Amino acid sequence: MSNKKLDSIIALAKDLRWKIGDDYHDSLIESIYADAAEIVKDTITKDKEKSKFRLDAKIDKIVTSKIWGFPIMLLVLGVVLWLTIIGANYPSSLLAELLLNTVHPILKNFGTSIGFPWWLNGFLFDGVYLAIAWVIAVMLPPMAIFFPLFTLLEDFGYLPRVAFNMDTLFKKSGAHGKQALTMSMGFGCNAAGVVATRIIDSPRERLIAIITNNFSLCNGRWPTQILLATIFIGAVVPDSYSSLASLSAVIGIAVLGIFFMFFFSWALSSTVLKGEVSTFHLELPPYRPPVFWKTIYTSLIDRTLIVLWRAIVFAAPAGAVIWLISNSYIGNESIAGWTVHSLDGFGFLLGLNGIILLAYIVAIPANEIVIPTILMLTVMLTGISGGAGAGVMFELDSVTGTADILRAGGWTLLTAVNVMLFSLLHNPCSTTIYTIYKETNSVKWTIVASILPLLAGFIVTFLVAQVWRIFV
Amino acid sequence: MKKSSTSACETCSQFNPDGLKKLGIKTTGFDFVLALAGNPNTGKSTVFNALTGLRQHTGNWPGKTVTRAEGAFEYNQQKFKLIDLPGTYSLLSTSEDEEVARNFILFGKPSVTVIVVDASRLERNLNLVLQILEITNKAVLCLNLIDEAARNNIQINTRILAKDLGIPVVATNARIQEGIPELIQTISDLANDKITCKPRRINNIPDDIEKAVQKLSKALEKEYPTITNSRWIALRLLEGDTQIIESLESGEIVA
Repeated sequence: MSNKKLDSIIALAKDLRWKIGDDYHDSLIESIYADAAEIVKDTITKDKEKSKFRLDAKIDKIVTSKIWGFPIMLLVLGVVLWLTIIGANYPSSLLAELLLNTVHPILKNFGTSIGFPWWLNGFLFDGVYLAIAWVIAVMLPPMAIFFPLFTLLEDFGYLPRVAFNMDTLFKKSGAHGKQALTMSMGFGCNAAGVVATRIIDSPRERLIAIITNNFSLCNGRWPTQILLATIFIGAVVPDSYSSLASLSAVIGIAVLGIFFMFFFSWALSSTVLKGEVSTFHLELPPYRPPVFWKTIYTSLIDRTLIVLWRAIVFAAPAGAVIWLISNSYIGNESIAGWTVHSLDGFGFLLGLNGIILLAYIVAIPANEIVIPTILMLTVMLTGISGGAGAGVMFELDSVTGTADILRAGGWTLLTAVNVMLFSLLHNPCSTTIYTIYKETNSVKWTIVASILPLLAGFIVTFLVAQVWRIFV
Repeated sequence: MKKSSTSACETCSQFNPDGLKKLGIKTTGFDFVLALAGNPNTGKSTVFNALTGLRQHTGNWPGKTVTRAEGAFEYNQQKFKLIDLPGTYSLLSTSEDEEVARNFILFGKPSVTVIVVDASRLERNLNLVLQILEITNKAVLCLNLIDEAARNNIQINTRILAKDLGIPVVATNARIQEGIPELIQTISDLANDKITCKPRRINNIPDDIEKAVQKLSKALEKEYPTITNSRWIALRLLEGDTQIIESLESGEIVA
């Protein structure tokens, strides 16, 4: 292409632009609107009196009202979580029974019978297989309930209303109102939430949304919250209130996450990411009755199974690593034991312990395996009987069994509360970190997004531990 | 519900199930490329799913599709590759999702552009339709969510609309496959030049601007004889769109 041609064209365009003046853009848009109005006049007949938009408007008046907007949001979140907690219990223990207590011994016996050496048998079935089985037993039931419910809400048209309600808060924290939508996606999966930030135009606000997305409690972390709340929080109150107390604790953690999201959005936008808040149009789409069975089916196939598959892909090597570090010895101590002891001091400062910190390092690929790793390491290092041996991840069938192990490992109410906090506030999983890198194309911002929540976790758990130890 | 609509279809002249094969993601060796464009939340992904048999995630909130998805179907032994574009209100803005849509319609040179609109919000949606019609000659209007319009007592005269816009109009309710056979037939006719469009150009432009546009677009045609949408490029150059200048420089827009 010769640039001479182009130069003459650009010169002509400049010249013409100067002649037609500044209001070119506006008059062009106006003429498009005039055309649209002209066309519509001839083609549409409307019966305004009977319009159903009025019903939508009436619903909107309630769900986006200043008084009812937030309580309704909390209520919807509460109902979705309650159905997930209650509904997931039974299939979870059924799957655990099947995969861990029935299939696992069969596999081990099979390995022995065809002459596998002990280390291969252990590596494959106690490491890789158990990690996968645990992830399936713990993750599949809540996901199979949470995702379809979330998708039904999405199809119904509730998400844009959430964004509408929260817009003022986002504006005050210097972020984009559409961040409410990406935040909601983050409750399912942070990696998906990070990709969804593409709907935000301004690079500044998009970065804020990406960095703070990790504060949305993701699907891999819900089960940890639910389990610990059931064991420790539910136990402090009388039995009849225990499920209410644990539900409130989980909602409290989720809301705390939203609070941190606002806080860091504000902190970022008033320091390193300063700038004007951009205005935008948010369409409140009409409410649409979801195509119920189709939605259930597609959200099971497309969301649940895909996320589950990802978890399995990451759990398998993690299981192998756990088995290896628990069975490789330096001198008298396994690598796992040695690491745990050196992390113990720092763990104590945070109201946690070395085991928990090691579990979070091992679980960087998939948050789902934190609890089984903790249990396995606790059993191994405290020498309690009941576990399945060195490097074997397991989940006890009963919640009380799990509680006994954790208490024997030195857990208190403080430990449980701080693990719940730390589960909310720590680095994103490796998939999310990779997604952040792909979306921002910047090593710097990827590091910021990974370290920031971790620092927040250290500070919060440290403060809670100190205050707790003074007063309790 | 699905059964009854199928049986009604079977008596229709458009019904041609033997000619249709949904190919999912097998997008190799295609004869035509189709773009699926439209405002956010008009059901583009639902139309996409209905045409390809795929299950792109759908949801009732604007901005759900942020990347472009590809799928394919075969109709009467011809393979069509379909690109589901992120929803956009206009082609004049610059956010990342809207740029994906804009660049594909401009530079991807789709054989046919399927413009999906929400029938109950037609006037607002026409803003984008008119802009797309400035760029491309082969387009079909998919008047989706026709059931919602009917529930809101909005009647649309599709024949007059087609005449005004200069492109075929097909009313659909993609969620239950209503109108999809007709849409496929129309796409196929357009791709094979059995229907010719005379797309409407924006005609309420003030005189002085119109003259400037014509002058610039004539100059463009003279310098780049192969250019197909000189008028749109002229409109953008008058706005000082640097991306358009860059693509003229690289030759992307002319080739």
